Amino acid sequence: MFKKILAISLCLVLCASLCGCGYEYFDLDLESTYTREFAGTELNVYNWGEYISDGSEGCMDVNREFERLTGIKVNYTTFESNETMYSQLKNGGVSYDIIVPSDYMIARLKSEDMLTKIDTSALSNYKYIDDSYKGLYFDETEEYTVPYNVGMVGIIYNSALIDEPEHSWKALWDEKYRNMSLNFNNPRDGFMTAQKLLGYSVNSTNLDEWDKACELLKDGKDVLQSYVMDEIYGKLETGEAAIGPYYAGDYLVMLEVNPNLRFFYPEEGTNIFIDSICIPKCVENYEAALAYINFLLEPDIALANAEYIGYATPHTAVMNNPDYCYYQDEILYPKEEDIPNVEYYHDIPESVRMHYENLWLDLKLY
Amino acid sequence: MKTLSRIYVALILVFLYAPVAVMILFSFNSGGSVWVFEGFSLDWYKGLATNTSMLTALQHTLIIAVLSALISTVMGTAASVGILALRKKISRSAVMSVTNIPMMNADIVTGISLMLLFVFVGNLFGLNESLGFFTFLAAHITFNLPYVILSVLPRLRATDMSLHEAALDLGCTPVSAFFKVILPSISTSIFTGAIMAFTLSLDDFVISYFTCGHYQTLPIVIYNMTKKTVAPDVYALSTLIFLCVFVLLILYNTLQSKSDSRRGFNV
Amino acid sequence: MNKKSFGSRIVAAPYIVWAAIFIVVPLVIMVYFALTDSNGAFTLANFAQIGKFKKAFGLSVLYAVIATIITLLLAYPMAYYMTKLKISSQRMIMMLIMLPMWMNFLIRTYSWITILANTGLINKFLSLFGIGPLQLINTPGAVILGMVYDFIPYMILPIYTAMSKIDNSLLEAASDLGSNSLSRIRRVIMPLSLPGVISGITMVFVPSVSTFYISQKLGGNKTLLIGDAIEYLFNTGPQYYNIASTLSLILMVLILISTLIMNKFGDDEEVVI
Repeated sequence: MFKKILAISLCLVLCASLCGCGYEYFDLDLESTYTREFAGTELNVYNWGEYISDGSEGCMDVNREFERLTGIKVNYTTFESNETMYSQLKNGGVSYDIIVPSDYMIARLKSEDMLTKIDTSALSNYKYIDDSYKGLYFDETEEYTVPYNVGMVGIIYNSALIDEPEHSWKALWDEKYRNMSLNFNNPRDGFMTAQKLLGYSVNSTNLDEWDKACELLKDGKDVLQSYVMDEIYGKLETGEAAIGPYYAGDYLVMLEVNPNLRFFYPEEGTNIFIDSICIPKCVENYEAALAYINFLLEPDIALANAEYIGYATPHTAVMNNPDYCYYQDEILYPKEEDIPNVEYYHDIPESVRMHYENLWLDLKLY
Repeated sequence: MKTLSRIYVALILVFLYAPVAVMILFSFNSGGSVWVFEGFSLDWYKGLATNTSMLTALQHTLIIAVLSALISTVMGTAASVGILALRKKISRSAVMSVTNIPMMNADIVTGISLMLLFVFVGNLFGLNESLGFFTFLAAHITFNLPYVILSVLPRLRATDMSLHEAALDLGCTPVSAFFKVILPSISTSIFTGAIMAFTLSLDDFVISYFTCGHYQTLPIVIYNMTKKTVAPDVYALSTLIFLCVFVLLILYNTLQSKSDSRRGFNV
Repeated sequence: MNKKSFGSRIVAAPYIVWAAIFIVVPLVIMVYFALTDSNGAFTLANFAQIGKFKKAFGLSVLYAVIATIITLLLAYPMAYYMTKLKISSQRMIMMLIMLPMWMNFLIRTYSWITILANTGLINKFLSLFGIGPLQLINTPGAVILGMVYDFIPYMILPIYTAMSKIDNSLLEAASDLGSNSLSRIRRVIMPLSLPGVISGITMVFVPSVSTFYISQKLGGNKTLLIGDAIEYLFNTGPQYYNIASTLSLILMVLILISTLIMNKFGDDEEVVI
């Protein structure tokens, strides 16, 4: 019995190592730009789920292309919230060479001295980043971040199941959609929906406002079907749920599966975010990390990623490329007058942060 | 009565296999969803061959399962021999109580306590990274060990000592007497322990969740996948694993019943 | 050394060292975290916060108890009927029960979503007759179903093992003495299968009370069980390790107490594993 199990196991391992025959590499013609100096080293990349073109359904496998080009082995792992990423990084259990946090988390990581400076002069492709995304509040000196994706939060609904709702966050509290509505399963975004409805700032340092937002969320909890992150894909695509808030880019990806989905930005205003590439303090392979960042900024790679991820890109060569499938898409790149009152998340003082993290727990325990 | 009981057994089996059937069905889905069946196709099986993250995870799972089963079997068998040799009853029961802890405790507590240990020690020595292949392997060995010991120890206790004494009287050294006399008589229970360890390690999610660093195994990758939309390729892989195990068990079963009928005894 | 002992204590040394480092020390560290604040200073404040988690503890215990009872009620007759079958069919059924355990439990649990969802298989079937849709997913019932489903083999196997060890002559003696089949079950089979039941209950209750995956997937993330709360805290940052350790510690004590109570029921019979 044991021998057989061993034999089967070995077969499986063999299959696993033999695989790789199925993927066809793209003709990138970048050999001259990248050295194989770091071949054999490893690069630990920690990114959001569904946040890189991964070779599925004929698209480009970005990590694999990078591995072929440089000989560097990419250990790619994913997280589902800024907080999880922070927790992993902070406890020192795992080290990473590349992380992709959002704006407020970058500010926090920076204030806790957890980031390494990025030498942007060594990045030949840094020039492609749109100036309006450089030197933002979390990195005024352009030393720590390279913008990766930009997005805004809106509400997605299924027009085959419900009529167009009033363009307001109120929809998530509406009794009409009992058991059909969803909300975010992470504190910052979850609170945002209530804060905007109450007319508060998402960066309020007034604990009372956070308490009120929490009360509002508690009121709405009974109506909701569930709190979700990326599970929202399956739920909205199949009609399991009819309405829920999510990131605009994800809506475009879902739309390809279910053409009945619709999207709007609520009138009360919403959150705008930038996810940027950073190098944490615990970096072990700095040079390879720089090469990886530069690789992600290659116009062809950035295009493949932008089309796969569906988020707005700060990359000028992609933005201005008429072949880009979301070229001048009005949801991703809305005109100034179409979006009311967007607000970035800022890193807020620790006492407030701990207060809302505990409130979130109260909400879930409620 | 007899039909009733048969129906009952059948119903329980239906309950056990309903999700498995769903899984197998949707692995052949031509659409990309595990909710709506659109048509039959083998695309997801073909797609597996290019899915590096899943295949690497499978490789990691098997490596960890084989290594942790081997190490815990050797260490656990030695421990069983040693525990029986402990003279004081109190030290014996102390060791046994500690051995029982990972088995009785909730996985989440075991996982968290191990993670705290690794992180704590890592910080103490200022390591850049405290979770890795070896800590992960150590965690798996740790939760495997009790199962090996509790499989081997009772059998060892029931072993006829006179044979061992005879071997000693005939001039064997204690060590060779152990290998020549004792080991063959407890080999089945060692084997059972090893298989149990292998299975546990293969399927463990909770402890791995808290102790894995970059070395991610299949359950971890699957967990990350169920956080978003599960594509039928996970189902395809699970179906393949299911088939492998199924064939193995059938083989084992027929071999066993053949040898049983030859020897003519009942279990 | 006693001539009877064929081994030497020394061969247990690697294991004892191992167990000390990887079983005892981690628990000590956990206790240390539970008794300190995030700066490492001694405090009992973590225990003062526990009141907040009353509901999570209560629900976890409630769901786990219900799941364990249902599992027992389903598994006991199953084990009994199995022992009545031919040896070859017994072995076949044993294999069929164990087979799903070789598959990833995450995937098996996830499959239930496809079955139970509002647009899932059961509701699609019911809609053919104009019924529904019934709210099956995201309910306490779905969470309990997930627990029963995932852990029922751990109940069937020990009970079956205990029952199949019962000597047939005992049953014959009982009928000779005038017992009918019902009283045979009550007087002979039940007491003799008790050790199996006890270990089955422990093996179902412990993973049920501490689960965090099942409630996330089948319960819609709306109610936190204690396992979910611990997982949330650990994933929010190291500043919550202390309170999370406190919760883990309490969970451990809870499990310890329930195991001890169960073992009391089982008298001093050795628990079958």
